[in-house]
Amino acid sequence: MPVDLNAPLPACLALIGAWALIGAAGLLRPSSVRFAGRTLFPLGAIVGLGLAAVAAVGLARPAEQVVLAIGLPDLPFHLRRDALASVFLVMLGAAAAGISLFAAGYFRRGEGTPPGLLCFQYHLFLASMGLVLLADDAYAFMVAWESMALASYFLVVSQHRIPEIRRAGFLYFVVAHVGAISLLLCFGVLQGGSWLFTFDAMRAASLAPGAATLAFALALIGFGAKAGLVPLHVWLPEAHPAAPSPVSALMSGVMLKTAVYGTLRVTFDLLGEPHWSWGLVPLAVGLGSAFYGVVFAAVQTDMKRLLAYSSVENLGLAFAGVGLAIVFHGVGMRALAVLATIAAIYHCVNHAFMKSLLFLGTGAVLHATGERNLGRLGGLLRRMPWTAWIVLVGVLAIAGLPPLNGFVSEWLLLQAFLFSSEVPVNFIDMLLPLCAAVVALCAALAGYVMVKFYGVIFLGQPREAALARAHDCGWLERLGMLWLAAGCIALGLFPAQVVAVLGEVAGGLLGEVPPRPAAPWWLLVPLPDREASYGPLAFLLVAAAVIVVTAVVVRAVYHQRVRRSAAWDCGFARLDARMQDTAEGFGQPIRNIFQPFFRIQRELPDPFDAEPRYRVTVGDRIWGYAYVPLGALVRRLADLAAYVQRGRIATYLLYSFLTLLTLLALVLWNGPRS
Amino acid sequence: MNTVAWDLQLLNLFAALLLLLSFAMLSQRRIVSLVNLLALQGLMLWAATLLLAWRTHQGHLYMSAALTFGLKVVLLPWLLHRMIRRLKVYWETEPVINPAATMLVGVLIVIFSFGLAQPIAELASTTTRSALGIAVSVILLAFLMMITRRKALSQVVGFLSMENGLFFGAMSATYGMPMVVELGVALDVLVAMLVLGVFFFQIREQFDSLDLHHLESLRERD
Amino acid sequence: MERTAILTQLLEMGAAVALAPLFLGWVTQCRAWLQNRSAPPVWLPYRAIRKLFHKDAVLAQDASPLFRIAPYVVFGTMVVAAAIIPSMSTLPLNRAADAIALVGLFATARVFMSLAAMDVGTAFGTFGARREMMVGFLAEPALLMVIFVASLISQSTALPVISEALATQALGLYPSLAFTAVAFTLVLLAENARIPVDNPATHLELTMIHEAMLLEYSARHLALMEWAAALKLFNYACIGFALFLPWGLATGAAGPQALALAIPALLAKLAVAGLGIAVIETLSAKLRVFRVPEFLAAAFLFAVLGMLVHQLLGA
Repeated sequence: MPVDLNAPLPACLALIGAWALIGAAGLLRPSSVRFAGRTLFPLGAIVGLGLAAVAAVGLARPAEQVVLAIGLPDLPFHLRRDALASVFLVMLGAAAAGISLFAAGYFRRGEGTPPGLLCFQYHLFLASMGLVLLADDAYAFMVAWESMALASYFLVVSQHRIPEIRRAGFLYFVVAHVGAISLLLCFGVLQGGSWLFTFDAMRAASLAPGAATLAFALALIGFGAKAGLVPLHVWLPEAHPAAPSPVSALMSGVMLKTAVYGTLRVTFDLLGEPHWSWGLVPLAVGLGSAFYGVVFAAVQTDMKRLLAYSSVENLGLAFAGVGLAIVFHGVGMRALAVLATIAAIYHCVNHAFMKSLLFLGTGAVLHATGERNLGRLGGLLRRMPWTAWIVLVGVLAIAGLPPLNGFVSEWLLLQAFLFSSEVPVNFIDMLLPLCAAVVALCAALAGYVMVKFYGVIFLGQPREAALARAHDCGWLERLGMLWLAAGCIALGLFPAQVVAVLGEVAGGLLGEVPPRPAAPWWLLVPLPDREASYGPLAFLLVAAAVIVVTAVVVRAVYHQRVRRSAAWDCGFARLDARMQDTAEGFGQPIRNIFQPFFRIQRELPDPFDAEPRYRVTVGDRIWGYAYVPLGALVRRLADLAAYVQRGRIATYLLYSFLTLLTLLALVLWNGPRS
Repeated sequence: MNTVAWDLQLLNLFAALLLLLSFAMLSQRRIVSLVNLLALQGLMLWAATLLLAWRTHQGHLYMSAALTFGLKVVLLPWLLHRMIRRLKVYWETEPVINPAATMLVGVLIVIFSFGLAQPIAELASTTTRSALGIAVSVILLAFLMMITRRKALSQVVGFLSMENGLFFGAMSATYGMPMVVELGVALDVLVAMLVLGVFFFQIREQFDSLDLHHLESLRERD
Repeated sequence: MERTAILTQLLEMGAAVALAPLFLGWVTQCRAWLQNRSAPPVWLPYRAIRKLFHKDAVLAQDASPLFRIAPYVVFGTMVVAAAIIPSMSTLPLNRAADAIALVGLFATARVFMSLAAMDVGTAFGTFGARREMMVGFLAEPALLMVIFVASLISQSTALPVISEALATQALGLYPSLAFTAVAFTLVLLAENARIPVDNPATHLELTMIHEAMLLEYSARHLALMEWAAALKLFNYACIGFALFLPWGLATGAAGPQALALAIPALLAKLAVAGLGIAVIETLSAKLRVFRVPEFLAAAFLFAVLGMLVHQLLGA
């Protein structure tokens, strides 16, 4: 199909269709690992790359629309590609390329769902995410959204023979549908009386302030459920560990970001002029989720749950950025609103690369060792060097260390918060700088969590003898992870170019394109009249130069002799693997300092125990306060409803009889008046 | 900001130090230090009153300053120290919520008071009206201190600190209260202190401790 | 970039690297004077570093390449930080990083040190890593609020701009800056492992935070780590000077006379700061580890108070 460079939408659709076809091809030979793994997944990766390239071309082109006659007779699919959709498509394509490459080497036979079927579900998942980003009417959006949820549900329960995994999948399904109902209601409010559900009609509709606020609230609940904002986050730490690692990577890396896309689309595009006070809700909820997520991540003992909670944190930060943008936009500080939006979108793109890389790393570890529990890992740097060194890039990036990409989005967010004291509203100008301190706390805690993650898994001594048989990952998996790591590095070293692109996107969305400050290509200057700049390339070069010079000088002037011997450990001779810190131990300061947030259950040993055990489990309070009572309520209502089902035919006949009588009475009552 | 007069800068400094002392009292564990901080607060008030009297040439403020010194810096701290020695309470038990949380709540209270005071300050006519927010925060922080403490003496110190805040508020907004009102308030505080002193001895006799949660056993139903 | 700018940059980096152990020695000497002991010579840290470089490095059997490159990375980040902080004059490299990036650089050094400590898998190393990261995550918000207050006054987070704005303000009492200075001092003590957070001269492993991470290092690796620690203290002191005592800094356009004036100004400020640190260390006792969060919460509180007082009183 010829690609018209001025209108990449048909090309995007073609590539998304290609994904669906690849998925369908997997059904031809469902149990063949070679076919799915060596042929289909790499093909899917290439399609992903193509999609990213085509969407990147489309970033500078104006928006285009197309109407596809699929779907119901009177409800065709309206599709639209504009700058915002293009950015997220680039993210989808690029991240999916890396993950698909990894998945090519990862899926093996005999682990639940056959590989061909898995290929089908996987590519359908990718295709539906692409469609969500391109949808231009409520019907297409909801169809794509639901297929996304359904495809990911089947992917999550791939190993469906294990009951915990089925339970996790079910929880995910329930929360996803709560969100979907909220979104349906939101679209219902947005159409504003015209009963046309296309986004164009919604853009043109002018809603009463109450209705607009209701729509915003419903959208936030719906997208918040998908993004995992507290208190709708409970499915994340269950579903991500249950799913196979490439699927967790795709869910955490890309699917959660569609929620941010949706929020931006509904708030700035469909609703148009948000009121500034609306922004306080995503800001508060986002910061709360960020803090909650990172504090819980620090006390986890399962490596994938740790990463899941870390995703809660990062999505919280992205939503905080969106909230800040709404506040700035509402009070008229447009340039800063654009900056905050840029920070939020940049954070989403960064997280897609960083978190996917980390999840893929855990996939490699899981395959090599069969262990998810941090208490049985350790010392894998020596057995799996490729995985360990590539994952180190991801760990440093997500900890927010310069010059990698995690730092750039945090820097932009903090710069936006810095100028929040100029907001002309009374209490807000004092509260917003405090929010900056919360962002800094979350960033610092993320560093803590990542040192724990990397240190306990890859460094130190192996905690189990079986770890000596761990093997490194194959070349396809390495390629996938390298691609993602390269993305992290590139996004970190060339922020000025990325911010220029995102500035156009955000400007288009918010209605005001910011002026481009004059600065050299290697320096990021977000706002022209405020003096703040960041040049990661310069300081990486200086740091590298200093390190090389030091190493050379030290060796030249002195010597480079090295002797190996046992570890010093202050002279304690019998060092063994159990003496190093455990995952619970590393989380102990957090448990101690932030005690009110956790529900801690301890199992203490008895003095007369033959085999004393100590166990501490850290639980989520929200589960106990909100979900368990809700579940009990639903069950009671269901029990009450069960009264209706008596089992006797006479009762059912009575119901029909009563209904008939009521309808006849209604007709009689309304009749004489007409 | 570059052309603010030096005496106004000094007043701002005293106001800021007053706020700092309130926070210091919020986190202090030793009761002796608590009383000393209260005396320091009184000293700040005295200095601020004196400076304001000099700046605005209002004679009654000098009398007010003298009263403040006599009462808040000398007499009341002395009474409290005497009580501490006789009741032998030197340390506070653990506060109701942990210190870090108390500080955070304190910060939120300060933000609330500052936000509250800004529109009110527009109405006042004095040059020191921006310090009204600090006065309100001192009052609310003292209230918080009273809520989060268990020992009776700490609660009294909180009450006196509230009065300090009220005084500072009156001074910064309206250049002092009428002399009659001020004398009346001073008398009330003094009488309250004496009566409370008698009460504390009685509580100590009854419960053998000044920890106020023992008073909870005085309930109709269990 | 003109030649003089590059030369000034290199001169400042070299001066920082050279002066840092001297600063450390000065602090030790002041502590000894205050505690009525006879002091070791001020240049003892130099001799210690030189002695360490001569030795053979002894590495644990299981130490990985990460363990070996960590000292170079930590030293490198500290030198880059010294290249960014305007200690004697504003520098061309200042534009590459502002104060928030500086905080990020310190975080990088801390993460690498912690990872290296966890690498060998000893009990003390991992536990020092855990404590160091705890102090780090509590200190970062406080440090960030300090930078925020300073940048509220000068409308920028770039250090030279902040220094210039604060240097040209009218002389007077600024309670917000006073509170922020107190907050910064508390963070400096915590991050550089001084009393009351950590005793730099302790031999008891169970009380160590920073030293516990260095236990497995020897010879040139240990020398680089010690030098990096001295550089970190020097850098923090220079950040403090840039924010709170900005007079004496040569600005970009000034010639060599301004630089000649800046050097003795820096030495004088360092002498006073060293004495101040020694006084605080002598007057305080080391805190229990779980009182450190309260200490850092107090620092955060001071910084927030400074911001609120600035908002309200405009001072």
